[in-house]
Amino acid sequence: MKGKQKKGMVRDYILLGLVFVIAILLITFFPDKKDEVINASWNFLVEMLWILPAVMILLGLFTVFVPKKTVVKYLGKASGIKGVSLAILFGALPTGPLYVAFPIAASLLKKGASISNIVIFLSAWACIKIPQEMVELQFLGAKFMFTRLALTIIFVVIMGIFIEKLIAKEEDVSLIPTKCP
Amino acid sequence: MSITAAVINGIAILALLIAFFKDKEKAIQSLKIAGKSFIKIIPMVFIVIIIIGLLLGFVPPDAISKFVGSQSGLSGVLLIGVAGAIMHVPSIVAFPLSASLLESGASITAVAAFITTLTMIGFVTLPLEIKALGKKMAFLRNGTSFIIAILIAILMGMIL
Repeated sequence: MKGKQKKGMVRDYILLGLVFVIAILLITFFPDKKDEVINASWNFLVEMLWILPAVMILLGLFTVFVPKKTVVKYLGKASGIKGVSLAILFGALPTGPLYVAFPIAASLLKKGASISNIVIFLSAWACIKIPQEMVELQFLGAKFMFTRLALTIIFVVIMGIFIEKLIAKEEDVSLIPTKCP
Repeated sequence: MSITAAVINGIAILALLIAFFKDKEKAIQSLKIAGKSFIKIIPMVFIVIIIIGLLLGFVPPDAISKFVGSQSGLSGVLLIGVAGAIMHVPSIVAFPLSASLLESGASITAVAAFITTLTMIGFVTLPLEIKALGKKMAFLRNGTSFIIAILIAILMGMIL
């Protein structure tokens, strides 16, 4: 994993170099656009730097203070509305890219957590992260952020229940002979 | 500094203070993780910042609004939704990119579709998801996510 991460970093820097060279070339050929480009980039950079350290600190805190074991322990047996709320909360609190959540989801599956909770947990992890919402708030405004957040929560819950029903139905049909004692 | 940035920084400082008060070692560990993540995301931030500059400087707003603006209709939304599903960039840098798209003529619907598919659907990480959860659940989750992303986007466009 470490080597893979290093490779990713190298790839990012190569990409950055490439984008930088393209930008320099474009500005050299079209000098009248220079001010506009630099202004736009500068404004977004400043806006980003004002919040990035704070977002990273929150990300670090959540990672350390909400250990994965806790997530599995509580979500493994929770059900009903409590299960749904916990799935959203535990998805939204700890941080890291989505692939970090897959092993957690896999152990939840093994522990017998409901399919809907696992799907809701994964989706919350993917798109209801608190630090992420803060960046959304900064760049797209409160109205956009809160509307999208509310809609996302509603639809993610519906999706979780839908997928659970779908999988349960299929298993009823295909697994009856093996499932019955 | 905007109010939003001030609030976010305030929350971070407060949380950090509480963390130090509760468990100094864990708090230091959190800061280390924060530093590492910061260094890791910096090149991506600069890439997106440069792209935003070029986008706002060179691409005329009518070109953007033609593809993903309000006149483009459902096809524009689907197009940017697919782009979001395939792209593999940290969601944190997706927001400034989305803001610049909005600024240059993209519709709210298109931008909401982009953000939602980008965060919810992992095309690149699909093999990992299949390994962890099995083919059926992985495909169902990603497929349904695309449909609800488009639904969320359409509703966003209607509400805002």
